[in-house]
Amino acid sequence: MFGCEAILVCVVALCLGVAPIPPAPGGAAAHWAFQAIGRPEVPPAAAVSWVRNPIDTFVLARLVREGIQPSPEADGVTLLRRLSIDLIGLPPTLEEVDAFRGEEDKEAYGRLVDRLLASPHFGEKWARWWLDLSAYADSDGYLSDFLRPNAWRYRQWVVDALNANQPFDQFTIEQLAGDLLPAATVEQRIATGFNRNTLSNREGGADLEEFRVKQIVARASNVGTAWLGLTLGCAECHDHKFDPISQREFYGLYAFFNSADEINLDAPLGDERARYAAARPAYEQKRAALLAPVAQEVASLQTEWERRMLEAADHPETADYRWARQWEILGLIWGQNFGEGQLEGTLIVRTPVPERTPEQRERLLDYFLQNGAIVNESTWSELKLDELSKQLEAWKLELPVVGRAPALSENAGGRTTRVHQRGDFRAPGEEAPPGTPAVLPPLGVEGRATRLDLARWLVRRDNPLTARVTVNRVWQELFGRGLVLTTEDFGARGTPPSHPELLDWLAAEFIDSGWDIKHLLKVIVSSATYRQSSKRRGELNALDPGNVLLARQARVRLSAEGVRDAALLVSGLLNPQVGGPSVRPPQPASVSMEGFMNEWKPSEGPDRYRRGLYTWIQRTSPYGQLVTFDLPDPGRPCTRRERSNTPLQALNLLNDPVFVEAAQALAERVQAFALEAARERGGASVEQCLDYAFRRCLARAPHAEERARLKQYLEQQVRLFEEVPEQARLLLAGQGDPTTSVEPAAWTTLASVLLNLDEFIMRE
Amino acid sequence: MIPGQFLGIQSRREFFRSCAGGIGTAALWRLLALEGRSAGAAGALPQIAPRAKNIIFLFMAGAPSQLDLLDPKPRMQHYHGQPVPASLLEGLNDPVIKNSATVMASPRTFQRAGQAGIEFSDFLPWTATVADELCVVRSMHTNVNEHHSAQLLMNCGVPVLGHPCMGSWVTYGLGSESQNLPGFVVLTSSSGKGIDGGSSLWSNGFLPSEYRGVTFRSTGDPVLYLSNPPGITSGSQRARLDTIRDLNELHAEQTADFEIASRIAAYELAFRMQVAAPELLDFTKESAETLALYGVDQEKTRPFGANCLLARRMVERGVRFVQLYHSTWDDHAELNQNLQLNCEMTDKPTAALVMDLKRRGLLDETLIVWGGEFGRTPMNEVRRGNVAGKEGRDHHSYAFTMWLAGGGIRGGQVVGETDDFGYHITRDPIHVHDLQATLLHCLGVDHTRLTYRHQGRDFRLTDVEGVVVDKLMA
Repeated sequence: MFGCEAILVCVVALCLGVAPIPPAPGGAAAHWAFQAIGRPEVPPAAAVSWVRNPIDTFVLARLVREGIQPSPEADGVTLLRRLSIDLIGLPPTLEEVDAFRGEEDKEAYGRLVDRLLASPHFGEKWARWWLDLSAYADSDGYLSDFLRPNAWRYRQWVVDALNANQPFDQFTIEQLAGDLLPAATVEQRIATGFNRNTLSNREGGADLEEFRVKQIVARASNVGTAWLGLTLGCAECHDHKFDPISQREFYGLYAFFNSADEINLDAPLGDERARYAAARPAYEQKRAALLAPVAQEVASLQTEWERRMLEAADHPETADYRWARQWEILGLIWGQNFGEGQLEGTLIVRTPVPERTPEQRERLLDYFLQNGAIVNESTWSELKLDELSKQLEAWKLELPVVGRAPALSENAGGRTTRVHQRGDFRAPGEEAPPGTPAVLPPLGVEGRATRLDLARWLVRRDNPLTARVTVNRVWQELFGRGLVLTTEDFGARGTPPSHPELLDWLAAEFIDSGWDIKHLLKVIVSSATYRQSSKRRGELNALDPGNVLLARQARVRLSAEGVRDAALLVSGLLNPQVGGPSVRPPQPASVSMEGFMNEWKPSEGPDRYRRGLYTWIQRTSPYGQLVTFDLPDPGRPCTRRERSNTPLQALNLLNDPVFVEAAQALAERVQAFALEAARERGGASVEQCLDYAFRRCLARAPHAEERARLKQYLEQQVRLFEEVPEQARLLLAGQGDPTTSVEPAAWTTLASVLLNLDEFIMRE
Repeated sequence: MIPGQFLGIQSRREFFRSCAGGIGTAALWRLLALEGRSAGAAGALPQIAPRAKNIIFLFMAGAPSQLDLLDPKPRMQHYHGQPVPASLLEGLNDPVIKNSATVMASPRTFQRAGQAGIEFSDFLPWTATVADELCVVRSMHTNVNEHHSAQLLMNCGVPVLGHPCMGSWVTYGLGSESQNLPGFVVLTSSSGKGIDGGSSLWSNGFLPSEYRGVTFRSTGDPVLYLSNPPGITSGSQRARLDTIRDLNELHAEQTADFEIASRIAAYELAFRMQVAAPELLDFTKESAETLALYGVDQEKTRPFGANCLLARRMVERGVRFVQLYHSTWDDHAELNQNLQLNCEMTDKPTAALVMDLKRRGLLDETLIVWGGEFGRTPMNEVRRGNVAGKEGRDHHSYAFTMWLAGGGIRGGQVVGETDDFGYHITRDPIHVHDLQATLLHCLGVDHTRLTYRHQGRDFRLTDVEGVVVDKLMA
């Protein structure tokens, strides 16, 4: 039961006969990734005409050594589509394509980059890139997978921070320790929601402390995954087998998080606060009047209830199981289905009454009135407390909503961390005060270090990992592969960088720019390396099958969200609203039935057409289309997504009503185009209509052969629907007269062909 | 053959010709792999002579009570209503099992069946009729005591999310013989509640997503988006696919990217699935006798019976790994009533599957596994106090019962033994990892050699443990 993931992972490697790495000369500390980030000399450029910035000189130097020529620049339209997908996650609109083709001057590309980086959709695309590291989801996970309707507030924070180009050091500090900043704002505290995407187990039978420990382990490990590129979790149960991280050092990192509790905070949106405040006095009056006659009895019952629970919690060996269970339930179900901090109820009970805030008192009283009958069943029913509680709940529901957000908050009493021997929290070993691994630069803090110290240390100039790990993941997003392939592991077992100097140059540039993410992106996408054609070259297939040397760009399949977004955009269905709560696009009920008790009520109206980023993620049964296109398992952080190619993806694009609707809508756009042409310039030929549809989807115009094949198909479809007009009517969702449905139906099937092309779901 | 199709084959051939040397070969390999003719990763491994080709895993999610079904404990009658002997609880520190609980003897009666006289509860009259085929294992044990983690351990070898499940490992290792159907299929049924672990139990984890379990659904499309949209006939679907293929091939020439051949192959398999799946699901050619055998003709047995019949039809068509989930057996309260319902739903179809495979000569090559993620306590449920007639049993990880039958398994025997309370194992403990090792062994795979490198390490289904259990095998 305590064979933690880490021990399994590590011991597997050992037992499978993976020979231990011989210590590097100079010891493990000599490993490349632990060395300070210098700013490598930019090599002299060999082919000056090709080189656009220092990135290219590093890449070219290596290519020259291997005797390989770089690829020529991709054509303008391909670059436009590539940039648009890479920077904002959406293909360009036809208007954007036409506008870009009109600008042939040298600065057009730079202006395009600037425009895309300034787009509000930039934050949406890159938020998903970051959320993978946090294992973001809208539910608890585990058995009942309760809802977390407020989880999106953290997602929103990420979108906003990226759009505002918050420097990455500040971005890091706020997410790990925003609550500890002097005069922390609500937004800075919401940022700590990064840590709240760990799973919550509200299953009966679970030990409260065990699951708290699991969450802390996940948070500490994730510092390794997200910032340090180290598999720290391996050291949960024993010293790391490959990297110089001892078990004690793991618990040093654990200690930073051990004293932080889960709390949800009031985070009102718009005028919520004012509306609530206006309604509150009347509620308080009613509440006080209702409670007054029984106030004394209730108070003494609650005191007794708390006393007996605490007694059971603190003396488990002699505990009456009913009270132990009562305590456990308080820990488990507090704020269930609202994603509230799981142990918050128990923390309030442990707070001496005079120190409780009025809000805490009220929430605990409400909980007690709903769940505390066990304290004295007969008095309970004499006082009619069930009825009273129901009345209170009803009134509470009438109060205007105040948004809440998950966050971390430092536990007033703190917690002493001890090493969990063999990873078993019930076998505490030596004390482990907060601290960082010795192989990395010292934390240098007097006295007891805090999460804030940890966060600041991560983004200090002398931290050798954070900047390398981050620029590498950015690179992976733009080239389909990191300079270090193992984005999650920069340790001894990871793959060494293909271009070490380039990696360091990028890391130094990133830090020196003030951790400016948009600057980093601009530098990379402006390079000739990025702007190369992605066309495969026969001679390189044997020489460099993985394109490690970067003699061309890569063809990369769109992300799960990107596939959805592209179909909605080109068909004109996309609702471009930025931000807001998660939505549930329609899908067959059978998908959500896979989970335990999940109900999937599809959103209505424009919410059906939101970007994939906003799709509700139910951990035990995530949205079907996203899973089919490799949404990472929302149970754990992911640094590198799969890009698979399966028949289920084909069926999804061919037959999913969402994509059929997109095809219908695209056909309608073509019809509108034809009508406009008829009004303004005497009509459009079939070829012109085909080109219009094709260019909406792929930005480029079709070649003659492609056009001819599409025309042949269109004509065949027209004949087919003329023979059986009823089929046409069916395809158009039963709307309209069969005889006038033939053309739109044929165009719908043509549009569907375009949405199914390999090129449509690829970034060239 | 329609003209378009002929043209397609022509141009595909040309495409491969145009991709000279290494590329063409690699693409062809991918294409063949997607068409299901790959030997799988295990092709490169030292082979053990396989004793079974396919597995049908009947996963009884929620943990059925072994004490009321397959592991009778008559001596518990003497202790009924009394505290559990302290000796049993010695050294245990378990969040679920509280010492304040009292013993609950099983209200069931047991009958011996088959040549070996294996005991079956009166809730399992049909399973008893195939006793001679079954290897009943009373000494299973696991590490975890809550559902999702334990279900993950049974399926994926570790109690955490993100690892591939058994079906993914098996199809990754062995490929599939079916050209028209996925190699790993999941079927679900329930007596009212879904499965705790949900789709994480058939996750491909870090393996490529083509190894993920494909759920065939009991309502709507059996495979997600298998049906053409309204208004698209099979003929027009073919025309649509031909056009997509032709344009993809043109683009493959422009980009010289042989990965596009994989996309083309995936679309072809999708189309073949569209044809094959309805045939698979069409029971009209099954005899009335067969339908009755599986209980497809009765409302109560229909959901699980149809899944069992489907499972047989799938292994007939070369599907490598079929997993049936029936939920939930998590009877903390009203054990008697719930257990009866679940048994009434599943007992007859389960026996029918064994019997039907046997008479068709398929049992020798198909391994059937029956069981849940752990067992249930000999004490009655202590969480909500006692209400007469509504007792249940709690989670129990130290001992539980499963059974195996078919390919490679020695039927007609009981393996393992538990104490008088079914609390601890007294003979032949078999851990979940041992079961996994044995199942792989029966398929001809050495569980220590079927590995996948992920995040710099080699992983395997059995984690770092697992011993093949010879006793179970013929």
